[in-house]
Amino acid sequence: MAGAARDELSAADTGRRAVEAVWRIESARIVGALARYTGDFPLAEDVASEALAEALVAWPRDGVPRDPVAWLLHVGRLRAVDAFRRRSGRDARYAALGRELPEGGAHAGAAPALPDDPDVLWDPDRIDDDRLALLFVACHPVLPREARLALTLRVVGGLTSEQVAAALLVPVPTVQARITRAKKTLAAAGVRFEVPPAAERAERLGSVLNVVYVLFTEGSSASTGDSWIRLDLAHEAVRLARVLVRLVPDEPEAQGLLALLELTAARFPARTGPDGEPVLLADQDRRRWDRSAIRRGRAALARARAAGRGLGPYGLQAAIAEQHDLAPSVPGTDWARIVELYGALARVAPSPVVDLNRAVAVSQASGPAAALPLVDALADAGALRGTYLVPSVRGELLARLGRTDEARAELLRAATLCGNARERAVLERKAADLRDA
Amino acid sequence: MAKYMLIMRGTDEGVAAFRELDVREVIAAMGRYNESMMQAGVLVGGEGLSDADEGAVVDFSAETPVVTDGPYGETKELFNGFWILDVPTRDDAVEWAKRAPLHGAGNKIEVRRVNGPEDFPQDDEWIQKEAVWREQLGTN
Repeated sequence: MAGAARDELSAADTGRRAVEAVWRIESARIVGALARYTGDFPLAEDVASEALAEALVAWPRDGVPRDPVAWLLHVGRLRAVDAFRRRSGRDARYAALGRELPEGGAHAGAAPALPDDPDVLWDPDRIDDDRLALLFVACHPVLPREARLALTLRVVGGLTSEQVAAALLVPVPTVQARITRAKKTLAAAGVRFEVPPAAERAERLGSVLNVVYVLFTEGSSASTGDSWIRLDLAHEAVRLARVLVRLVPDEPEAQGLLALLELTAARFPARTGPDGEPVLLADQDRRRWDRSAIRRGRAALARARAAGRGLGPYGLQAAIAEQHDLAPSVPGTDWARIVELYGALARVAPSPVVDLNRAVAVSQASGPAAALPLVDALADAGALRGTYLVPSVRGELLARLGRTDEARAELLRAATLCGNARERAVLERKAADLRDA
Repeated sequence: MAKYMLIMRGTDEGVAAFRELDVREVIAAMGRYNESMMQAGVLVGGEGLSDADEGAVVDFSAETPVVTDGPYGETKELFNGFWILDVPTRDDAVEWAKRAPLHGAGNKIEVRRVNGPEDFPQDDEWIQKEAVWREQLGTN
């Protein structure tokens, strides 16, 4: 009996995992096709979610259907028809009450705009357009950042709400609430399911690139949470960037973003030690870097450069990552080139963090004496005030210049400003080492 | 994320069934399949192999290896090509395998995870050498 129960459990587990895998592969096509035919993205997301929920019950019980995608699409379509009927009924009741109907009344009494033949939904020529429209809607600037991340993972990445919650380190009900609110916001703003017109396209694409970038950085900064889940998030962002460059191959910044993510992710295998502790760039075993990821990243960067319009902020960061990836060691890195690239980045995307990184690169290229005035200027300007970044770099430079007392004071000041216990310990140890010296 | 290899295998019967089909249609079906994996951002490598009658098998059953020219009549299944996918789970790799445009008796796809650095002792001298070779070859 116990064995039979276990078999049932494992069959249920297999069924659930099969549903999830199909969903990861097909959700964008399913939601996209339903959104195009209903003209209503929030509705499409609702009914696709219902279809997924039904599959999670039915497939583990009855087995995976022969054509799982057709099954999901069929159920989604039926639920959309139900929704149209409910709306029509509701609209009719409202009409009977003599109330004015806002927009949406156009649907009242009308037949749903869904074709009867599910095959019609599979227009291969529209898949790319649907997927792109889906990305633009999920990353719409009218949505708060958190909603964009959750919606993108859910409808474009094909993660279940549970997986989105695990990836973003928030409870499942929070994810569900964010998605529900996001759909209401999109509906209220009258956002259409379409690839935006040329006039809006640059800004809207910027938002899509930003969402993919933020997902990657959330995933790759393993300071909190279960690290493997976070790495999955970073890899999902790389996959989304690959999807994106297929959709907008002529956008150099999309290529630049893909390049940045591939070239950064290439170092992941060497970034954690045997016990999961972080390993700094200088101490990484560079032989563990993912050479094929470096090759893919460099190919994307070459495509970004080939557009001939100069690299944008993502492309320039990718070019910096490329220099690190190509270098045999920290001293063997072309720091002069990196200084130039940070200079270019500071021109197109000025930020005190970029200036500080440039100063660090200057210290590697030309020594601490050349870099100190740059850091002093940042400190005098009050840049990054309240963070440990400027004093920690200043402390390092002063230490290398032999100005030990000043160095120690800066490092201790940095330690008091540092919120992360592990990094604080590193700063305190450096300060203590100076005392011993 | 892990790398999985989808290995195309077929018996003589399966391979023969493919020869019956229109070459252009086979190429188009494979092209659409490969494109769908590119669109999904999961395809990172792959090759198809030429006919087994151009190949050879080296058999270690005897003390001295015995070489047999293709198409090696006694072999039950031939390895005909592979894809390498970058996907989060084995289930995803299996789902992609199910979508391959293969049909008929004797045609199969085997799904195998590709070993990564975590699968080997990193202090081994030969494993360290291999890492250098990979750098030279540009693979991982």
